[in-house]
Amino acid sequence: MSPAILLLLAFGLGLVAWLAARGRAWSFRRQADGGRIAALPSYHGWYVALWTVIPTLIFIVLWSMVAPQIATNSVLADPAAANLPEFGFERQNVLNEAAAVASGAARGVFNPAAEALVEPYRIAFFRIRLMGIAITLIIAFAGGAWAFLRLKPDFRARTQVERTVMAFLLLASLVAILTTLGIIVSLVFETIRFFGMVSPSDFLFGTHWGPDPMSNPANPDPDRYGAIPLFWGTIYIGAIIAMLVAVPLGLMSAIYLTQYAAPSWRKWLKPALEVLAGVPTVVYGYFAALTVAPAIRDAALAVGISNASSESALAAGLVMGVMIIPFVSSMADDSIAAVPQAMRDGSLAMGATRSETIRRVLIPAALPGIVAGVMLAISRAIGETMIVVMAAGAAANLTANPLEAMTTVTFQIVAMLTGEGSFDHPATLSAFALGMVLFLVTLGLNFIALRVVKRFREAYE
Amino acid sequence: MSEQIRPTRTAAFEGRLKKRYAAEKRFKILGLLAVLFSVAVLALLIFNMTMNGVGGFQRVEMKVPVDFREAGMTVDPRALEQPDPQGVLERSGLPMVIQTAAEKALGADGAAQLGQNAWRDAAREIIAKPSLLAGTTTFWLPAREDMATALRGDGKADLQPLAAKLSKAGVLERRFDWGFLNRADATDPQMVGIWGALKGSILTMLVTLVLAFPIGVLAALYLEEYAPKNRWTDIIEVSINNLAAVPSIIFGLLGLAVFLSIFPNFRSAPLIGGMTLALMTMPVIVISGRNAIKAVPPSIRDGALAIGASPVQVVFHHVLPLALPGILTGTIIGMARALGETAPLLMIGMRAFVATPPDSFTSPATVLPVQIFLWSDEIDRGFVERTSAAIIVLLLFLLVMNGLAIYLRNRFERKW
Repeated sequence: MSPAILLLLAFGLGLVAWLAARGRAWSFRRQADGGRIAALPSYHGWYVALWTVIPTLIFIVLWSMVAPQIATNSVLADPAAANLPEFGFERQNVLNEAAAVASGAARGVFNPAAEALVEPYRIAFFRIRLMGIAITLIIAFAGGAWAFLRLKPDFRARTQVERTVMAFLLLASLVAILTTLGIIVSLVFETIRFFGMVSPSDFLFGTHWGPDPMSNPANPDPDRYGAIPLFWGTIYIGAIIAMLVAVPLGLMSAIYLTQYAAPSWRKWLKPALEVLAGVPTVVYGYFAALTVAPAIRDAALAVGISNASSESALAAGLVMGVMIIPFVSSMADDSIAAVPQAMRDGSLAMGATRSETIRRVLIPAALPGIVAGVMLAISRAIGETMIVVMAAGAAANLTANPLEAMTTVTFQIVAMLTGEGSFDHPATLSAFALGMVLFLVTLGLNFIALRVVKRFREAYE
Repeated sequence: MSEQIRPTRTAAFEGRLKKRYAAEKRFKILGLLAVLFSVAVLALLIFNMTMNGVGGFQRVEMKVPVDFREAGMTVDPRALEQPDPQGVLERSGLPMVIQTAAEKALGADGAAQLGQNAWRDAAREIIAKPSLLAGTTTFWLPAREDMATALRGDGKADLQPLAAKLSKAGVLERRFDWGFLNRADATDPQMVGIWGALKGSILTMLVTLVLAFPIGVLAALYLEEYAPKNRWTDIIEVSINNLAAVPSIIFGLLGLAVFLSIFPNFRSAPLIGGMTLALMTMPVIVISGRNAIKAVPPSIRDGALAIGASPVQVVFHHVLPLALPGILTGTIIGMARALGETAPLLMIGMRAFVATPPDSFTSPATVLPVQIFLWSDEIDRGFVERTSAAIIVLLLFLLVMNGLAIYLRNRFERKW
């Protein structure tokens, strides 16, 4: 049953195959005239080892998926399974319990009906373990033997091995496509199910958000699935408040560090900014909830705003802005550095001061790059989760008052999927629809940013 | 003709110049302030966490001297070598012995404030050193959370005088709590520890590394060295760049919809968490790996090809070893990001209450950032300190990882 044993077996046999094949190739070498064979002995070793290990690994993966099913089937064929409950949840529970006891994961059964099945399960597991080991051995020997018999002094083992290596490289790079596909498929699939229950127009243009995971999933109230307040909260916190903090501060930091700071200062200040980018978001979230939000509430109370809440869009946005500063600053840094030196020199030679050069020449020239950087920063801010989960609050408010609690798309994804709701409920599925929107928007922002950067680069090359 | 040639500066010109210089100065100061603001926030954050967190490494303990011979507790030391030695001690009456000793030392109302599972700490000490059973031993055992709050000067009013009295007598004090580093989650802030979450993080990171590193490096090698320029490799390239920009919570949705439907039994296991984070880390490794590979000069490749190496040999014998330091730097940075990541792990159920450290890749676990998130929901003052202490540990880990990356970069960086 345990794939670990089979894996060890496969790699052990692979090692044996490698040694044997290499030894064989050495013996060719001694026999061949002039001591030359078509490939180095170690390539012969790799060739046979690959033929031993790869088919075995494929088998092990398949086997670990199929084996539990085989075990269950053989248990169901046992007379002890005759008085199992009918199909459904209960039956599955009894089976799972017996299997857990038989495999040693649990100590005893709760359900007396499972007791009788423990022994059949144990026998089935034993049989399957033996079968797995036997088939692994057979496949490994068959593959190894076939490859071993092909070894000859003029056999070009290296070409074969290298072809396999190339296949691995290609497979590895396909993982990225598979991941993208996986994201799209899983989002689209669940989103379509959600839109089967709640119409897309209600979702995209409704102004009231308050899904009730306890309601009857068969006829959801479409008035409760209006996502506009979430979109507004996301934009307000991520794209407005956070950017009001991050863009000026990030830009000015970049300007100071590249244009004014002495190298010895720069050496210390730049890493300090980078540390800011490396702090985990959960730490920022905690900082926002524990320190910044109460401070903002107290300040608001002090100036006479009585309804200030301890969870506010402002706290989340401010801290998020601080988190984004290093990101904006490094993007601005890059695009300012890309402006040709001649333009700066020209401006200075005309008698402009450094700040005038920066404001009138460098920034306009670097603007496309800066804009692209801000786009990427927004895309990062609206996808940010932990800060808003911990500091922004859960209330879906459609307001411009930054002192009120607001909720965002990412907050609601977390809230909907960590609740008690089942996967057939529109409230749970709405998280995937929100995820889909988030994915498309961030993708769009990134795409636009890349296009802007591309066009900008052409200007100076 | 001795008149000197000087620039003619009208008063208006002088005035404008002064204004421009003032503007210049203002601009420079503004820039400095922007940088200092960021640094100040960072300093505030670290200061804040340290001030709160120092207390989190301590807990309130009570001094309980126990005379085992007088209590008449006899345990065969060999029985302690069996499995479940705590159970042996429990059955031979250790909780009662501790309770009696506490009443003697602290008074009846003092003993009532001893933590419910305080005897387990004593049991652990005894198991580590069975000879303690032979004589009188002084244990420092955790007090109840109410008592800890009272010692801080808030909480229940009727407990505060008692706390003050015991504290004055020297039997109640805040002591450094080594157990914080080797216990797991609990419901009482006095009893919690981070080892469970830390171990979960380590296991998860191992899975992430084992999956993301080889796949990332191989993909980078393929794209940089062999890939033909066609539509397929364009799609691969675009999807890698996009994946690097996808919000992390989307990867959580992917893990939830795909991995958890393939392996429904491994909910909140490090295996699934690691797989999810690996998909997130892989693009980072590919991108930094490609840059490192690109930095290896073509003359190396040409030289190897010229003496008869095959393209695969060129890459694996020459290019990869030279690019490896750069790839490693990128990998460490990617892993550091994965270590601090919370949102995707919440999606796949790693937010459960896990009171025992995970012992395999498939047992339920939590990770450090998620543990911080869970504790941050608790309003107890005790949990606030514990949360900050856990944050300090997490930040230290990140600091070490980033330091390692910087060291590698400086140590192995090569100008060609």
